[in-house]
Amino acid sequence: MKPYVREYPNTWWLSRRPYFLFMVREFTAVFVAAYCVFLIYFVYKLSQGPDAYYGVIELLRSPLSIILHIIAFIFAIYHSITWFNLTPKIFILRFGEEQVPPFLISGANFIAWVVVSAIVAWIILVV
Amino acid sequence: MTRKTMELEILRYRPEKEERPTFETYEIPFKEEWVVLDAINYIKDNIDGSLSYRWSCRMGVCGSCGMMLNGIPKLSCAVFLRDYYPDKVRVEPLTGFPIQRDLVIVMDDFIHKLKEIKPWIIRDEGQEQSLEEGEYLQSPAELAAFKQYSMCINCMLCYAACPVYAIDNSFVGPAAIALAQRYNLDSRDHGRELRQDVIASNEGVWECTFVGECSEVCPKDVDPAGAIQRGKVSGTIDYFKDVLMPWGG
Repeated sequence: MKPYVREYPNTWWLSRRPYFLFMVREFTAVFVAAYCVFLIYFVYKLSQGPDAYYGVIELLRSPLSIILHIIAFIFAIYHSITWFNLTPKIFILRFGEEQVPPFLISGANFIAWVVVSAIVAWIILVV
Repeated sequence: MTRKTMELEILRYRPEKEERPTFETYEIPFKEEWVVLDAINYIKDNIDGSLSYRWSCRMGVCGSCGMMLNGIPKLSCAVFLRDYYPDKVRVEPLTGFPIQRDLVIVMDDFIHKLKEIKPWIIRDEGQEQSLEEGEYLQSPAELAAFKQYSMCINCMLCYAACPVYAIDNSFVGPAAIALAQRYNLDSRDHGRELRQDVIASNEGVWECTFVGECSEVCPKDVDPAGAIQRGKVSGTIDYFKDVLMPWGG
């Protein structure tokens, strides 16, 4: 007698909340990657001299660009938070029989994030 | 006093008389202390003796009674009816596996994968100790390094929770990789190289996209998702060691 193989629908990721959140996490990576590409383009324009550079700056001031930046920013934040929260699963630190509590591993990432962001903000705004 | 009842909607597949599975609804008495498995046993004993399913210990140890309850893989012996009452519970066989009959799945693929990762202690040549020499000793810290992964009861809930496995069942899968990790992290074992052929392959850790639900549904807190990610890290370290130190580091 033949075993029955059930079809797995393409909409599986809509069937449960954790699956949906996984897809959102993966999808936000597209925006993070796109922004990296944009930054490379920006540096390229910078190498072309002041006119090219100010051209991009002008482009950045448009409302559309601001909206896109806000969206990319929200998604980048979501992506970062969800991944930092997963780091304790990947990095397990043991001292003898004791395991370093998971929140310390993710916490270290969040602290590093805040410190690096503060340094970048300081360079841009103060220096 | 009226007797409280509730409904179980069970996926039935009787290959001798039907082409595809269909749902059948059963009314069962609601009892505060009953788990879902008790209700299914009630149906088998009192309503329809032809209902087929696997079960044995009734205490979350044997790993036989895994089913999809309202779409989530669970041990049916470990979930109370009162957690669903008065709503209907939808009972299906574990997702991702072919259905043999009713709630019984074909688990050959999983058993094959378990065997592939060589889940036993492998010693280097000449390192085997004879019985007279006694057991291989291990400190509590060395035991703690792998103990979590040794708690797996092979219930396959993690496979049923894994969309990657459901889409492409060439994936070695959560429990098998966690078990490989259990032996790789064991201070008495020397078999990691041998297991890497399967674990570090495309169908091994790299097929995983880290949905993470395998660990959420695990009734024994094994954390197979963590085991797989750690496998990715050590596989990457192996690769860089190979490239940077081809003479062997």
